[in-house]
Amino acid sequence: MSGTIFTFTTPPVHPTTNHLTLSDHWDHLRARVGINRSGHLVEPGLYSLGNPTPDSPVFVTANYTLSFDAVRSSLDDWMKCYILVLDTKGINVWCAAGKGTFGTGELVNRIHITGLADKVNHRVLILPQLGATGVSAHEVKKLSGFRVEYGPVRAADLSAYLKTHKATPEMRRVQFNVIERLVLFPVELVKVLPYLLVISIILYFASGPLAAAGAAAAMLAGIFLFPILLPFIPTKDFSSKGFLLGGLIALPFALAAYRYGIEPAPCIHISRAITPMLLMPPVTAFISLNFTGSTTFTSVTGVRKEISTYTRVMAWMFASGTATLIILAILRITGW
Amino acid sequence: MFDSYRSNTLQYDPVKCINCGMCTTVCPHAVFAPGENEVRLADYLACMECGACQMNCPTGAITVESGVGCAYAMFYAALTGKDEPTCGAGDDACCS
Ligand code: SF4
Ligand code: SF4
Repeated sequence: MSGTIFTFTTPPVHPTTNHLTLSDHWDHLRARVGINRSGHLVEPGLYSLGNPTPDSPVFVTANYTLSFDAVRSSLDDWMKCYILVLDTKGINVWCAAGKGTFGTGELVNRIHITGLADKVNHRVLILPQLGATGVSAHEVKKLSGFRVEYGPVRAADLSAYLKTHKATPEMRRVQFNVIERLVLFPVELVKVLPYLLVISIILYFASGPLAAAGAAAAMLAGIFLFPILLPFIPTKDFSSKGFLLGGLIALPFALAAYRYGIEPAPCIHISRAITPMLLMPPVTAFISLNFTGSTTFTSVTGVRKEISTYTRVMAWMFASGTATLIILAILRITGW
Repeated sequence: MFDSYRSNTLQYDPVKCINCGMCTTVCPHAVFAPGENEVRLADYLACMECGACQMNCPTGAITVESGVGCAYAMFYAALTGKDEPTCGAGDDACCS
């Protein structure tokens, strides 16, 4: 009878598989594009994969579908294990750890709620390495009796890790390869697209198609070219890289603007050429600067420094560029 | 001026280190390297101030001011006058 009461107090273990369905992929796509940002979550709790025994390993992850699915899909068919899903409010491991929701408190709490100690014989939890920012291994041990073992940074290395319970130095390092940089692109695009459309349309009517294309080029350079070219642009700061890239993109526009139409005064030609050089680089640089948040390289101290070093330059260039643009538009409309 | 990442807030006191190796395990940038009696600060500039080492050092040998390196959050903090930039879950969070 006491057994029955016990099963009432601990929630059931949810069975899961390592197989991703079409609807899982659909969910991932929507998550990557930033649709329904806080809606990609699984229920926190204990999951079982392939009929685990009390000796099976326990992996810990966040209740963001991309995190949870990365773990289960990277595990081999024959692997029997438990997956303990923490309540991170649908945020991935890295960001949740930074905020402390993927943290010591939630981990210890979830161990108790799920009755994990009664389900397994051992006292070892395998956490993603990037969760270490929010979890204190020695505190967890003190509070729950479970020893925290930090697995590899990437879920894809889990199978290899399990063989020896040792991560190679490569498995311990974060990378930011071109694929990882490119998955950021859709979310950024969705964020920037409304501005891009509105600004391009306004510019189209105020100064013509060239200006509209220039605005679009500056923004797309920031969200698409910048992450691709990040390691190859020869400066250190994200903003200066963005300025360089934006300047390069602006050059043909400056040239085209200089040659555009027949005007009596050379100063009009020159002002037309200067406008894209003033407007485009700060736009690209601003978008580039925002990538600091998506990378796992930039320190808070550094980003703060970047912001204070460059935002004023961006603002001044942008303001004077806008001023020349407005003056030129007025001259054009008044038929000067 | 053109390298904003020349300094950070990481501090390490080798005297307190018991060479448990946790910091070398958790650091995603190999800032710490194993040593004979205590770990070595091998690549100080690579530190991104994530705080994982401080969090997992059992003796308090490491301190670092960690925070969210998110520019959106910092602009927001600068504009609203709040000093601690954080990402909000649920609302327009910068990371997901
Ligand atoms: S704060 Fe993070 S990046 Fe810096 S040394 Fe510690 S673990 Fe490494
Ligand atoms: S975690 Fe602390 S005690 Fe352990 S090796 Fe690193 S500095 Fe030394």
